[in-house]
Amino acid sequence: MIITKQKDFDELLGMMDGQDSVFIVGCGECATICRTGGEKEVAEMSSKLTEKGKTVTGTAVINAPCLELDTRRVLRQNKVAVDKTEAILVLACGAGVQAVAEAVNCSVYPGCDSLFLGNVFRHQHFYEKCSTCGECVIGNYGGICPVTRCSKSLLNGPCGGSIKGMCEVDNKKECVWISIYDRMKKSNTIDRLSKVLPAKRHSAGTIPGRVINGA
Amino acid sequence: MGLREIFVQKDFVVTTEIPPPKGVNTASSLDIAKKILGRVDGINVTDNQRGIMRMCSLAFSHLLKEIGHNPIMQACTRDRNRLALQSDILGAGALGIENICVMTGDHPKLGDHPDAKPVFDLDSIQLIKVIKEMETGVCMSGKRLESSAKFFVGGVANPFFEPFELELIKIKKKIDAGAEFFQTQPFFDKESLEKFLEEVRGLNTKFLIGISPIKSIKMINFLNEKVLTKKIPENISKRVETAENQTEEGIRIAAEFIREIKGMVRSIHIMPIGIESYLPYLLNEAEL
Ligand code: SF4
Ligand code: SF4
Repeated sequence: MIITKQKDFDELLGMMDGQDSVFIVGCGECATICRTGGEKEVAEMSSKLTEKGKTVTGTAVINAPCLELDTRRVLRQNKVAVDKTEAILVLACGAGVQAVAEAVNCSVYPGCDSLFLGNVFRHQHFYEKCSTCGECVIGNYGGICPVTRCSKSLLNGPCGGSIKGMCEVDNKKECVWISIYDRMKKSNTIDRLSKVLPAKRHSAGTIPGRVINGA
Repeated sequence: MGLREIFVQKDFVVTTEIPPPKGVNTASSLDIAKKILGRVDGINVTDNQRGIMRMCSLAFSHLLKEIGHNPIMQACTRDRNRLALQSDILGAGALGIENICVMTGDHPKLGDHPDAKPVFDLDSIQLIKVIKEMETGVCMSGKRLESSAKFFVGGVANPFFEPFELELIKIKKKIDAGAEFFQTQPFFDKESLEKFLEEVRGLNTKFLIGISPIKSIKMINFLNEKVLTKKIPENISKRVETAENQTEEGIRIAAEFIREIKGMVRSIHIMPIGIESYLPYLLNEAEL
């Protein structure tokens, strides 16, 4: 899922400066789990904006705003409120914001910062393990991804900076190369690390991605 | 004469390092270099060390060569992608800069431009391999170069990395990729050095043993906290802390250590971070 965090409220007000009416869109999937754009957060945002003198013309928590046709349908269902608003604030990831922006003519603003594609370890513990690089190479690393989980995306072993198993960039994060080593040691495949592995083919992950199956 | 020949001809090889200036005026950095002309076998020119932006290693390496030094151009993979790195290698070849020390480099978040985009397109091992391929007249994409040069390529090693087996795998891979020398992280005691030499015995390469003269007790605390896996021995901290002049005491400790290990190793690399002007004093004290 996509991990988000809500933007600072003052930053939101700054973006909407001069626009008095706002419609709020939330997300029933990822942003609900992250507590950044579910029913509760949308209601809270609505009262905070009202307190600041904005007119909230309506709200809608869309199942998954990134499903563009569903998003259009819900916005059509809310046509009256949407037509009279100057701005729409979307409490979802950047993909959801854009699905809304491409469906309407008024201003559309992101209410969240999109952080990463994350695994949920336990309640409200999110970890980035894959950055969708376009060509999965983790077969070489015991199924653990150095592209994403090493701060330098090193493919041939750790940098010299790891201290007591933690990463030089942030001592709260584990150096993934220690995890790769431990795993490959356990599966008796450590000798595979002795091979010089080639540089990443960044062409495989050129943005923006586009896949149309069966066409 | 490049480092490769120096290693053949001399019994004891000494290199050091001088960072390029954070500005365009090179006079004071070159002044330090002039004072040690003929006394060291190579000067490592750091490449935005610790992620702090300075003049490029290529230009300063060239200036050092012009005054008669043997520069070791550092190339880290943090700031440049494969195109930019290879361009610089060609530039070095054209300017007659032979020695290149490759490393990944500290993450930009730790430096003075924390918002910079970290590049890390290649890792150190891949870059070493690319340079060796370029020597044969092809660039990384397989396209032919119009002309090529020979280099003496090396890397860095961390003797204190745990688990050391993982570091050893990496050292061996660098050798497989074409590394012919290694600069190590600094040693502060003989026992650790003996242990390391035992662990890398039989490897067909040259280790320039890192020596880091201590500037002050503040530096020891910083290194212990942020940089070193193995802490600086207590007796050294005590000597520095109680000394009248901490920097001079640090230099004397380093010099004593060099004299102590001279019979054990064939080459050392002195990293006088921030106290480059003390180099002549250190070389005198170490009887080099
Ligand atoms: S190698 Fe690429 S696709 Fe595979 S887990 Fe890592 S980032 Fe994701
Ligand atoms: S400490 Fe480990 S995870 Fe962090 S950058 Fe270095 S190798 Fe990567």
